[in-house]
Amino acid sequence: MSDMMDDMEEGGEGVVKKFMFVNRKAPHGTIYALEGLEVVLISAAFDQDVSMVFVDDGVYELIKGVNTKGIEVKDFSKTYRALEGYDIEKLYVEKASMDARGLTEDDLIVDVTVLDSNEMANLMAEQDVVISY
Amino acid sequence: MLHIVNKSATERNSLDSALRMATKGSALLLIEDAVYAATKGSVAAEKVQSAMADVQIYALGPDLDARGMSARVLDGVKVVDYGGFVDLVTEHNSCQSWL
Repeated sequence: MSDMMDDMEEGGEGVVKKFMFVNRKAPHGTIYALEGLEVVLISAAFDQDVSMVFVDDGVYELIKGVNTKGIEVKDFSKTYRALEGYDIEKLYVEKASMDARGLTEDDLIVDVTVLDSNEMANLMAEQDVVISY
Repeated sequence: MLHIVNKSATERNSLDSALRMATKGSALLLIEDAVYAATKGSVAAEKVQSAMADVQIYALGPDLDARGMSARVLDGVKVVDYGGFVDLVTEHNSCQSWL
Protein backbone atom coordinates (compact mmCIF):
# COMPACT_ATOMS: atom_id res chain seq x y z
CA MET A 1 0.00 0.00 0.00
CA SER A 2 2.87 2.42 0.75
CA ASP A 3 4.22 2.09 -2.81
CA MET A 4 0.81 2.88 -4.08
CA MET A 5 0.55 6.00 -1.96
CA ASP A 6 4.03 7.16 -3.02
CA ASP A 7 3.06 6.75 -6.65
CA MET A 8 -0.05 8.81 -6.13
CA GLU A 9 1.78 11.57 -4.31
CA GLU A 10 4.57 11.82 -6.85
CA GLY A 11 2.77 11.38 -10.12
CA GLY A 12 -0.71 12.56 -9.30
CA GLU A 13 -2.23 9.90 -11.51
CA GLY A 14 -0.74 6.90 -9.72
CA VAL A 15 -0.63 3.27 -10.68
CA VAL A 16 -3.87 1.34 -10.87
CA LYS A 17 -3.53 -2.24 -9.69
CA LYS A 18 -6.01 -5.06 -9.65
CA PHE A 19 -7.06 -5.72 -6.06
CA MET A 20 -9.17 -8.71 -5.08
CA PHE A 21 -10.77 -9.04 -1.67
CA VAL A 22 -11.71 -12.65 -0.90
CA ASN A 23 -14.48 -13.20 1.64
CA ARG A 24 -14.77 -16.71 3.08
CA LYS A 25 -16.43 -16.18 6.48
CA ALA A 26 -20.05 -16.10 7.65
CA PRO A 27 -21.15 -12.65 8.82
CA HIS A 28 -21.57 -12.59 12.61
CA GLY A 29 -19.64 -15.48 14.17
CA THR A 30 -16.34 -13.67 13.66
CA ILE A 31 -15.39 -10.04 12.96
CA TYR A 32 -13.74 -10.89 9.61
CA ALA A 33 -16.74 -10.17 7.38
CA LEU A 34 -17.43 -6.72 8.84
CA GLU A 35 -13.75 -5.72 9.00
CA GLY A 36 -13.18 -6.98 5.46
CA LEU A 37 -16.06 -4.85 4.22
CA GLU A 38 -14.61 -1.80 5.99
CA VAL A 39 -11.26 -2.35 4.26
CA VAL A 40 -12.94 -2.55 0.87
CA LEU A 41 -14.76 0.74 1.50
CA ILE A 42 -11.45 2.36 2.47
CA SER A 43 -9.77 0.94 -0.64
CA ALA A 44 -12.31 2.80 -2.77
CA ALA A 45 -10.54 6.07 -1.82
CA PHE A 46 -7.42 4.93 -3.71
CA ASP A 47 -9.11 4.57 -7.11
CA GLN A 48 -7.87 1.05 -7.68
CA ASP A 49 -9.41 -1.76 -9.77
CA VAL A 50 -11.23 -3.56 -6.95
CA SER A 51 -13.00 -6.91 -7.13
CA MET A 52 -14.84 -8.47 -4.21
CA VAL A 53 -15.40 -12.20 -4.25
CA PHE A 54 -17.49 -14.44 -2.04
CA VAL A 55 -16.64 -18.11 -1.66
CA ASP A 56 -17.31 -20.81 0.96
CA ASP A 57 -19.20 -19.37 3.97
CA GLY A 58 -18.52 -15.88 2.58
CA VAL A 59 -21.65 -16.22 0.41
CA TYR A 60 -23.68 -16.04 3.63
CA GLU A 61 -22.57 -12.39 3.95
CA LEU A 62 -24.87 -11.45 1.06
CA ILE A 63 -28.10 -13.07 2.28
CA LYS A 64 -31.08 -10.72 2.34
CA GLY A 65 -33.85 -10.61 4.96
CA VAL A 66 -31.47 -10.21 7.88
CA ASN A 67 -32.69 -9.04 11.32
CA THR A 68 -29.92 -8.60 13.89
CA LYS A 69 -32.06 -7.06 16.67
CA GLY A 70 -32.12 -10.29 18.65
CA ILE A 71 -28.33 -10.64 18.87
CA GLU A 72 -27.82 -6.89 19.30
CA VAL A 73 -25.13 -6.37 16.67
CA LYS A 74 -24.95 -4.06 13.65
CA ASP A 75 -26.73 -5.26 10.51
CA PHE A 76 -24.07 -4.49 7.91
CA SER A 77 -25.70 -6.53 5.14
CA LYS A 78 -27.24 -3.36 3.67
CA THR A 79 -23.77 -1.82 3.39
CA TYR A 80 -23.05 -4.18 0.47
CA ARG A 81 -25.68 -2.22 -1.45
CA ALA A 82 -23.68 0.96 -0.87
CA LEU A 83 -20.58 -0.46 -2.60
CA GLU A 84 -21.94 0.66 -5.97
CA GLY A 85 -21.84 4.25 -4.72
CA TYR A 86 -18.11 3.83 -4.07
CA ASP A 87 -17.60 2.52 -7.65
CA ILE A 88 -17.03 -1.01 -6.39
CA GLU A 89 -19.20 -2.88 -8.84
CA LYS A 90 -17.24 -6.07 -9.44
CA LEU A 91 -18.86 -8.55 -7.08
CA TYR A 92 -18.35 -12.24 -7.79
CA VAL A 93 -19.82 -15.34 -6.16
CA GLU A 94 -18.66 -18.90 -6.71
CA LYS A 95 -21.50 -21.13 -7.87
CA ALA A 96 -20.26 -24.24 -6.05
CA SER A 97 -20.28 -22.34 -2.75
CA MET A 98 -23.89 -21.26 -3.28
CA ASP A 99 -24.94 -24.76 -4.36
CA ALA A 100 -23.40 -26.36 -1.25
CA ARG A 101 -25.54 -24.04 0.89
CA GLY A 102 -28.80 -24.35 -1.01
CA LEU A 103 -28.62 -20.72 -2.14
CA THR A 104 -29.39 -18.98 -5.43
CA GLU A 105 -28.84 -15.46 -6.75
CA ASP A 106 -32.39 -14.60 -5.66
CA ASP A 107 -31.34 -15.01 -2.01
CA LEU A 108 -28.68 -12.29 -2.30
CA ILE A 109 -29.04 -8.61 -1.34
CA VAL A 110 -26.96 -7.28 -4.28
CA ASP A 111 -26.47 -8.07 -7.95
CA VAL A 112 -23.48 -10.32 -8.43
CA THR A 113 -21.72 -12.19 -11.20
CA VAL A 114 -21.85 -15.93 -10.58
CA LEU A 115 -18.69 -17.76 -11.67
CA ASP A 116 -17.83 -21.43 -11.81
CA SER A 117 -14.72 -22.51 -9.94
CA ASN A 118 -12.44 -22.37 -13.02
CA GLU A 119 -13.56 -18.85 -13.88
CA MET A 120 -13.01 -17.81 -10.25
CA ALA A 121 -9.53 -19.34 -10.28
CA ASN A 122 -8.59 -17.49 -13.46
CA LEU A 123 -9.90 -14.19 -12.11
CA MET A 124 -7.87 -14.72 -8.95
CA ALA A 125 -4.73 -15.55 -10.95
CA GLU A 126 -4.83 -12.29 -12.93
CA GLN A 127 -4.84 -10.03 -9.84
CA ASP A 128 -1.90 -7.91 -8.66
CA VAL A 129 -2.94 -8.12 -5.02
CA VAL A 130 -5.19 -10.63 -3.27
CA ILE A 131 -6.36 -9.96 0.28
CA SER A 132 -8.25 -12.75 1.99
CA TYR A 133 -10.54 -12.83 5.00
CA MET B 1 -26.71 -34.49 27.74
CA LEU B 2 -27.15 -31.23 25.82
CA HIS B 3 -24.60 -30.74 23.04
CA ILE B 4 -24.04 -27.12 21.97
CA VAL B 5 -22.35 -26.27 18.66
CA ASN B 6 -21.48 -22.69 17.63
CA LYS B 7 -19.25 -23.07 14.54
CA SER B 8 -20.25 -23.34 10.90
CA ALA B 9 -20.30 -26.97 9.77
CA THR B 10 -18.91 -25.92 6.38
CA GLU B 11 -15.86 -24.38 8.07
CA ARG B 12 -15.11 -26.55 11.12
CA ASN B 13 -15.72 -30.16 12.14
CA SER B 14 -17.36 -29.47 15.52
CA LEU B 15 -20.83 -30.51 14.29
CA ASP B 16 -19.39 -33.83 13.06
CA SER B 17 -17.75 -34.42 16.44
CA ALA B 18 -20.89 -33.51 18.37
CA LEU B 19 -23.06 -35.81 16.26
CA ARG B 20 -20.53 -38.64 16.59
CA MET B 21 -20.66 -38.35 20.40
CA ALA B 22 -24.39 -37.68 20.76
CA THR B 23 -26.15 -40.72 22.20
CA LYS B 24 -29.77 -41.63 21.56
CA GLY B 25 -32.13 -39.34 23.46
CA SER B 26 -29.65 -36.50 23.84
CA ALA B 27 -30.21 -33.00 22.50
CA LEU B 28 -28.20 -30.79 20.13
CA LEU B 29 -28.52 -27.01 20.19
CA LEU B 30 -27.15 -25.07 17.20
CA ILE B 31 -26.18 -21.45 17.93
CA GLU B 32 -24.23 -18.66 16.17
CA ASP B 33 -22.69 -19.85 12.86
CA ALA B 34 -23.79 -23.43 13.55
CA VAL B 35 -27.41 -22.53 12.73
CA TYR B 36 -26.61 -22.74 9.00
CA ALA B 37 -26.49 -26.52 9.40
CA ALA B 38 -30.22 -26.46 10.20
CA THR B 39 -31.15 -24.74 6.92
CA LYS B 40 -32.63 -26.40 3.85
CA GLY B 41 -30.30 -27.16 0.96
CA SER B 42 -27.06 -26.95 2.92
CA VAL B 43 -24.68 -29.92 2.63
CA ALA B 44 -24.49 -29.87 6.44
CA ALA B 45 -28.28 -30.18 6.67
CA GLU B 46 -28.03 -33.79 5.49
CA LYS B 47 -26.01 -34.63 8.62
CA VAL B 48 -28.55 -32.94 10.86
CA GLN B 49 -31.41 -34.63 9.04
CA SER B 50 -29.98 -38.09 9.53
CA ALA B 51 -29.24 -37.43 13.21
CA MET B 52 -32.83 -36.46 13.93
CA ALA B 53 -33.98 -40.03 14.43
CA ASP B 54 -31.95 -40.29 17.64
CA VAL B 55 -31.28 -36.71 18.70
CA GLN B 56 -33.64 -33.75 19.12
CA ILE B 57 -32.20 -30.78 17.26
CA TYR B 58 -32.72 -27.17 18.37
CA ALA B 59 -31.59 -23.90 16.77
CA LEU B 60 -31.39 -20.47 18.36
CA GLY B 61 -33.94 -18.13 16.73
CA PRO B 62 -32.12 -14.81 17.17
CA ASP B 63 -29.06 -16.29 15.43
CA LEU B 64 -31.21 -17.53 12.54
CA ASP B 65 -32.83 -14.07 12.23
CA ALA B 66 -29.45 -12.31 12.23
CA ARG B 67 -28.32 -14.50 9.34
CA GLY B 68 -31.50 -14.19 7.26
CA MET B 69 -32.11 -17.93 7.68
CA SER B 70 -35.36 -18.07 9.69
CA ALA B 71 -37.50 -19.04 6.71
CA ARG B 72 -35.19 -21.88 5.68
CA VAL B 73 -35.16 -24.00 8.85
CA LEU B 74 -35.38 -27.77 8.33
CA ASP B 75 -38.61 -29.48 9.34
CA GLY B 76 -38.17 -31.17 12.69
CA VAL B 77 -35.74 -28.61 14.08
CA LYS B 78 -37.19 -26.77 17.08
CA VAL B 79 -36.39 -23.05 17.14
CA VAL B 80 -35.86 -21.63 20.63
CA ASP B 81 -35.24 -18.13 21.99
CA TYR B 82 -32.77 -17.21 24.76
CA GLY B 83 -35.29 -18.29 27.42
CA GLY B 84 -35.59 -21.64 25.65
CA PHE B 85 -31.77 -21.91 25.64
CA VAL B 86 -31.80 -21.51 29.44
CA ASP B 87 -34.59 -24.09 29.77
CA LEU B 88 -32.59 -26.62 27.73
CA VAL B 89 -29.55 -26.13 29.96
CA THR B 90 -31.60 -26.66 33.12
CA GLU B 91 -33.51 -29.65 31.72
CA HIS B 92 -30.37 -31.64 30.94
CA ASN B 93 -28.05 -33.01 33.60
CA SER B 94 -24.96 -31.86 31.67
CA CYS B 95 -23.85 -29.73 28.71
CA GLN B 96 -21.02 -30.07 26.25
CA SER B 97 -20.02 -26.99 24.27
CA TRP B 98 -18.09 -28.06 21.14
CA LEU B 99 -16.04 -24.87 20.82
